[in-house]
Amino acid sequence: MLATQLGTLLAGEVAGLDPALDVADGLDDALAHGLGRLGDPERAALTALAAAVGGSPLSTPVGEAVAKLAAGTVADEYLAALAGARTALFGAAHDALLARLDDALGRQRAEWAGAGTDAAAVPLAAARSWLTELAVTGWRGVDEDLVAASAPVVAALLVEPRTRRLAVLLDGFGAELRACAPVATMELLPVRRWGDLWSRAVLLAQDTWPGPAEPVPVSGRLLPLGVDVHEHATAVQVQVHGVLESAEGVRSVRASLVAAKVDTIVGPAVWSLFDAPVLLGALAEHRALELADMPLLPGGDLRWRESAARLGEPADPFTTARLVLPTATAVAPPPLDRHPARLAEPVLVEDYQTVDGAAVLDGHRLRFDLDRLPGCGPLTPALVAGSTGCIGLLRWDAGEWLLQPLAVRATVKRKPVVAATGDWALGPTDAKVAKAEAKNDAVSVLRERAGRLLRS
Amino acid sequence: MDETEPIAVGGQTGADPVRRSGAVLVRPVPVRKLAKVPFVELADGRVQGVVSSGSDIARVYVSSVTAVGHGLSCSTNNNRPCGALHGPYPCKHLRLLLSEATLQYGLPRVARYLRVEVEPDGDLESALDPHHEPTPAATVFSRFLRHLSYLELPEVAEPMPELHWFGGTRAVD
Ligand SMILES: [Zn+2]
Repeated sequence: MLATQLGTLLAGEVAGLDPALDVADGLDDALAHGLGRLGDPERAALTALAAAVGGSPLSTPVGEAVAKLAAGTVADEYLAALAGARTALFGAAHDALLARLDDALGRQRAEWAGAGTDAAAVPLAAARSWLTELAVTGWRGVDEDLVAASAPVVAALLVEPRTRRLAVLLDGFGAELRACAPVATMELLPVRRWGDLWSRAVLLAQDTWPGPAEPVPVSGRLLPLGVDVHEHATAVQVQVHGVLESAEGVRSVRASLVAAKVDTIVGPAVWSLFDAPVLLGALAEHRALELADMPLLPGGDLRWRESAARLGEPADPFTTARLVLPTATAVAPPPLDRHPARLAEPVLVEDYQTVDGAAVLDGHRLRFDLDRLPGCGPLTPALVAGSTGCIGLLRWDAGEWLLQPLAVRATVKRKPVVAATGDWALGPTDAKVAKAEAKNDAVSVLRERAGRLLRS
Repeated sequence: MDETEPIAVGGQTGADPVRRSGAVLVRPVPVRKLAKVPFVELADGRVQGVVSSGSDIARVYVSSVTAVGHGLSCSTNNNRPCGALHGPYPCKHLRLLLSEATLQYGLPRVARYLRVEVEPDGDLESALDPHHEPTPAATVFSRFLRHLSYLELPEVAEPMPELHWFGGTRAVD
């Protein structure tokens, strides 16, 4: 990314963004208060929400939901309408931000061309009830008992693969609420975050939520750029960003692995939860991957199958980012997944100075998102502070663009080093960390205990 | 700031935590060895968990301290009382449980859960006013089994976009 491109990205307001988010903020504040006993500010916020989607297909259901809620009648379907309206606002915000990003970077993006499959007929009513109770109570009223009521709901959803997405979301959300309970004593509530998590969960808990889109097989050479790691107490996802060269051209893709875990499995130990030596080997050894008939979902996600991939030649991610990434066509996300928090566009930023936790290029500041440096890799804030080159994900949150580092080139004790989040995918390469990890018995102890106690 | 606590304000990049989708509220727990105490939690009004038997690999002890009144309980998962728990004196299982709870959640959070005041370098056990109060092992043991069952869930091949909200995973060092 050049200084002029960064300048364009940061220049001026994104048209329509603030008014849309203001309306969503009103709903978020009402959710903090609780939808069970609306006061005047909450009524006004809901009315504004209904007006904001007034010209869309959501007009009728949202208008009706707001009228009913204002009259004191609560039902799951009214809350689903509110969650839908909120999601539409953030979807529009996502589109405006992505358009700004594509314009600034000169990035080509394919149109969405997928179709969802039929909804899975799985029981979701219990999840909807709990989410309704949560919204009626409001964040300020959340206590340990209300959170505990989600445990049986999550347990039932976890064992059914088709509802795992919802289960993983509710488990992370519930753990967060439990850690904060009683919420009434909190000074500042993260109302946008909890509004996001609640409305995602409400939509995923609808019987009409479509099943996963159909994949198509792709073959070619995958050049990894880096890996983004997401984690809460009971789940971890590693999402590899890369560029796929195939007969159909060059495009950006992702490959994700998800594993269930428990809170005591943390740090480099999480890599050992994945049985994917080919993909992890490519990350650890900086190699390309040769794919043969790997399923590709319309949103640009490879549905990873180890048997459809083999390790290829060495491939330096910085070379890929410099030479191949600019030629790649980016992919539009699935329509229902559009949200600013999901924006994660790979970029290469070079020849910057780091000042106060930001990369500065020609006077333009792009702050590093240091919170997102994963605990399972060698990338530290100190390395980022000493860096001059970075492959990262452009993100947007709380009104600003951020750069989440996936790999950096830095100078440590006058020696050049390259460090990436996936360097320890086959185990820590740092002798001190490796020694400490060898004593980290979490995965083996818990697997042994599970083997012995769950079947006795 | 106490780093083991949920923090309402995001970490280093916390511009506006109220309007921040990626606000970080829960940090990962510190690494601890699990061989002796594979499971400990602050839940159901108790510091409770499971302690592996030193002599029999198939046996575990279920130990707990109630937050209110500091009732001590320790028995095998088959409800056989622990022979080492007498009156108000914690057995070695309970001692291990409390020290591992302190490692996992931090002394301030465990002390607050047990409603006692302990100096940062103080001793948790001596701050308790305990008595023997046997509780059935089944509830805690089944929570432990549920905890373990996460490791046996079948893999899912679909990406999970919702996990983008859980990207703030760096332990504060
Ligand atoms: Zn005992």
